[in-house]
Amino acid sequence: MSDNDVQEYVTVTIAGQMFGIPVLQVHDVLGSLKLTNIPLAPPEVAGALNLRGRIVTCIDVRKRLGLPPADDNDSGMSVVVEHHGEPYSLLIDSVGEVLSLTADKLEQNPGTMDQRWREVSSGIYRTENELLVILQIERLLDFAVSSTAAA
Amino acid sequence: MDDLLSEFLTETNENIGIVDAALVALEQNPDDYSQIDNIFRLVHTIKGTCGFLGLPRLEAVAHAGENVLGKIRDRELKVTPDVVTIILEAMDIIKDVLDALEQTEQEPEGDDSDLIDRLNDVAYGTQSAAPAAPATPEPQMPEISSGGSDGPVSLEELEAAFQAAEGPDDMVATPAVTEAAPEQEESGLRPGEVSLEELEAAFQAAPGPDDIAEEAAAPAPAVPEVVAAKPAEPAASGGKAAQGEAGHKESSLANQSIRVNVELLENLMTMVSELVLTRNQLLQMVRGMDDNEFTVPLQRLSHVTTELQEGLMKTRMQPIGNAWSKLPRIVRDLSHELHKKIDLVMHGAETELDRQVLELIKDPLTHMVRNSADHGLEMPEDRLAAGKRETGRIILDAYHEGGHIIITITDDGRGLNVDRIKKKVIENGLANEAELENMNPQQIQNFIMRPGFSTAEKVTNVSGRGVGMDVVRSNIEKIGGTIELKSEEGKGSTFTIKIPLTLAIVSALIVECCEERFAIPQISVVELVRASTDGRADNKIEMINDSPVLRLRDRLLPLVHLNEILKLETSADEVAEQSDVKGSEDFIIVTQVGAYTFGIVVDRVFDTEEIVVKPVAPILRDLSIFSGNTILGDGSVIMILDPNGIAAKSGEAVVGDHTVEEETQRESGDSDSVALLICRAGGVEPKAVPLSLVARLEEVDVDTIETTNGQMVVQYRGKIMPLATVNDRCKIIEKGRQPILVFSENDRTMGLVVDEIVDIVDDRLNVEMASNIEGMIGSAVIRGKATDIIDVGYYLQKCFGDWFGSGEAGGYGSGRSQQRVLLVDDSPFFQNMLVPLLSVAGYEVSTAENPLKALELRERGESFDVIISDIEMPGMDGFQFAEEVLKDERWSDTPIVALSSHTTPQDFDRGRKVGFSDYVAKFDRDALMNTLSQTLRSGGGVK
Repeated sequence: MSDNDVQEYVTVTIAGQMFGIPVLQVHDVLGSLKLTNIPLAPPEVAGALNLRGRIVTCIDVRKRLGLPPADDNDSGMSVVVEHHGEPYSLLIDSVGEVLSLTADKLEQNPGTMDQRWREVSSGIYRTENELLVILQIERLLDFAVSSTAAA
Repeated sequence: MDDLLSEFLTETNENIGIVDAALVALEQNPDDYSQIDNIFRLVHTIKGTCGFLGLPRLEAVAHAGENVLGKIRDRELKVTPDVVTIILEAMDIIKDVLDALEQTEQEPEGDDSDLIDRLNDVAYGTQSAAPAAPATPEPQMPEISSGGSDGPVSLEELEAAFQAAEGPDDMVATPAVTEAAPEQEESGLRPGEVSLEELEAAFQAAPGPDDIAEEAAAPAPAVPEVVAAKPAEPAASGGKAAQGEAGHKESSLANQSIRVNVELLENLMTMVSELVLTRNQLLQMVRGMDDNEFTVPLQRLSHVTTELQEGLMKTRMQPIGNAWSKLPRIVRDLSHELHKKIDLVMHGAETELDRQVLELIKDPLTHMVRNSADHGLEMPEDRLAAGKRETGRIILDAYHEGGHIIITITDDGRGLNVDRIKKKVIENGLANEAELENMNPQQIQNFIMRPGFSTAEKVTNVSGRGVGMDVVRSNIEKIGGTIELKSEEGKGSTFTIKIPLTLAIVSALIVECCEERFAIPQISVVELVRASTDGRADNKIEMINDSPVLRLRDRLLPLVHLNEILKLETSADEVAEQSDVKGSEDFIIVTQVGAYTFGIVVDRVFDTEEIVVKPVAPILRDLSIFSGNTILGDGSVIMILDPNGIAAKSGEAVVGDHTVEEETQRESGDSDSVALLICRAGGVEPKAVPLSLVARLEEVDVDTIETTNGQMVVQYRGKIMPLATVNDRCKIIEKGRQPILVFSENDRTMGLVVDEIVDIVDDRLNVEMASNIEGMIGSAVIRGKATDIIDVGYYLQKCFGDWFGSGEAGGYGSGRSQQRVLLVDDSPFFQNMLVPLLSVAGYEVSTAENPLKALELRERGESFDVIISDIEMPGMDGFQFAEEVLKDERWSDTPIVALSSHTTPQDFDRGRKVGFSDYVAKFDRDALMNTLSQTLRSGGGVK
């Protein structure tokens, strides 16, 4: 990868941590929408919602990352991404900005990071104030792999 | 116009278009045999349909064309431009005739013998006759002028003439021509060829006969033949103006319907859904305000939106009856042609399915019905000889089941002859004898769905050219469906097609459970019942050992609580007190899955709504409880429950039979069908006992019932027979005769008092709910009703228990120390059934629920005099178990008796080989007892 290989990331905050999602993968940012509960679904699945006639499966990123549930579910914001042609919305606390970052600044996940985090993160950026954890959508949505990896 | 005819026209026009294109492609790439298969099938279809519609001229041409194509397919004929030309010529003739058909609804008169002769020459004779050129203008001339109706033919020849004359084609293809007949761009004609339509259009574009002459004069110098032919044309076009317009109106019929990309519809669908949502939001906003200037236009908008939505949905859905509509006619004609008497019965014609899916299954269905009529059903005399009704039946059935559409085609004909299929398979080199040896009959029967296979002994007009089931199968698999074949020789065949329902619209019942809404497909809902736990409503939910049931008219309906199935709990109330807290009223959705009926308990029932089933996200695919999800009118997402999944989840085995399949169901050997005696005793719900355990059915006069030592007895055949009642609720009637079931054990007999003997049925005995009521083994669904199975052993023990205690038990075990029997059976039913019987017979019985458990006993150093083992067991089967037993010397001397519901000679041999001492059919109690005593006497004694 060349040094000028610039990637743009949408930053989102979950439980005080800043995460980056490649901007090209983000289809939509949603405010609070009515969620339909899906019984018997994996715990990471928060439900389903209707996005302009499409049924979007909603993922509770906190659960996926092993974070405690939010104190109050007032935000309800989510970022819609697409994976294998299926839309998924990722529940987040808030959306930040779009950052352009060069690939050479991407640092490896520290080995001490939680296994669940290492699985879904492709690396870390050091921004001025905070650390930015880059999320890999494919891995984030692949529960099957995570359960085997955890086992 | 006749629907049948118009459909035929549209379809055939399309097919010819495809054939044209494919032929050209084939010419360019003569080794592409997938093309030729495709072409052959299409022409075969055209020919077949023409035959049914009574269009001899078309049929003759298509037949001749098919012969040539057949030769090419069999690689007896090389693909050369000449061959392709002549086939194209045949296609053009067909096109012409179709045009005429469309206008007059009659096949035009005409003589194609020249073309047919040439086609036959190509197919069978010398190949030299092929080129179209020999059709010189001179002989045509009289033909052309002979009559207007000959127009198409002569024009055809004209075309040939044009083609023969090379060079000035560009000039003929004037702008007028291309504009007038844009369709021709797709027709796949070879460059340089000018089709009939173009010619016609060209003539028509020319204002009058004079102009034609002038215009035609331009190319004339180069092509004298054309000029020669020219004068004929004004006669044709002038004499028949309508004919001249044919070029324009060519597909006036086709114009009534247009083909739209499904994706476009899908997009429109999404847009409309959004429109509905927006409308709903608007309505919501306006609802708060009274009298508002928006009200009226909003209502209008609302109406239009609803209609738009409905209309759009309709564009995609069609009842399957549309695909069936021409079948009665086809079957009628077939029955004439084949001299068979055929009844066509169609069920579920209103079942809607996606248009695209419908299109794709139409041909396969037609083909299969033809097959059933031609190959499946026998001649009337053969049927009579076989003891069947003279009139054969073909039953078509369509219904929704668990997110699929099931279509079955059943005939009561001769079924598939496995031996003949085998022979054919070997002949055609599809498999060798050794491979066939290892296949079961069904696998062998499935060979008929392989390419290049046809069982018809002779090639008939109807079928038997080897275009057949393979096409059907590939078409069905193309849309993600499956096809299954069940056939029994002499009885008939059933084809079951299962097609996914992803796009289908279903009517669904919206229910609420724990404040979540769910949709249940209306198709599986039988009825709704309101019930309560406190008796306020008419129906009351009762509990049998924690399993809720409902008395619904004459039967006991097992219930499942939706919240338990979905593991939903309202935070407030505990599951235990749930019934008290909120359960004053419940709604029960009586649901039917196959033959199994059960009730789903929900909190509330809303309306029914038409929904479009959308598949769930891939990460949720393994949730069998949902068949999909959808967006409701109010914009919320709702999960669609799959009754099949619920049935499976609630621990009930789904019996996948269906009324029409009833017969085949019973024929299929893998279900352990058992004769059961159904009776009523001590309650309205039916009770059953395996008939083989019942020695006799008797009625005794109640006056003869005596009581000794607190035990009811009756004198029976010179002995005292103790009587037992099923439970305390069962009372001896006061007067008259009381029916009893007599169970006999050695020389002891006992009677079980019942209220009424209802019936004897053959059904699967599948104990689904174990019972801890004394005297009952559990409940099973028999004939669609939950039925308690009587534990005969319990009553035997109840009556004779004392006798064992005093050590006076006679029978096989007497006089020796008790012999130890190990019973290995995974079914608790058989364990419960046999253990008491064996104990009564004086054996000491140990049980193991599977072979591994049994081998554990061996490890623990236990030993037995005889082992009784089931064959079908999960994990390790009986054969493997027997091998294991023989391997180790600790038990190698112990005789093993196999117990199975399958007692075919092969099984028997196999059993003997692996070391079973004997083989006994399940439920054959006497045989088991005899075998045990014999085995022990011989085997046990010697070893």
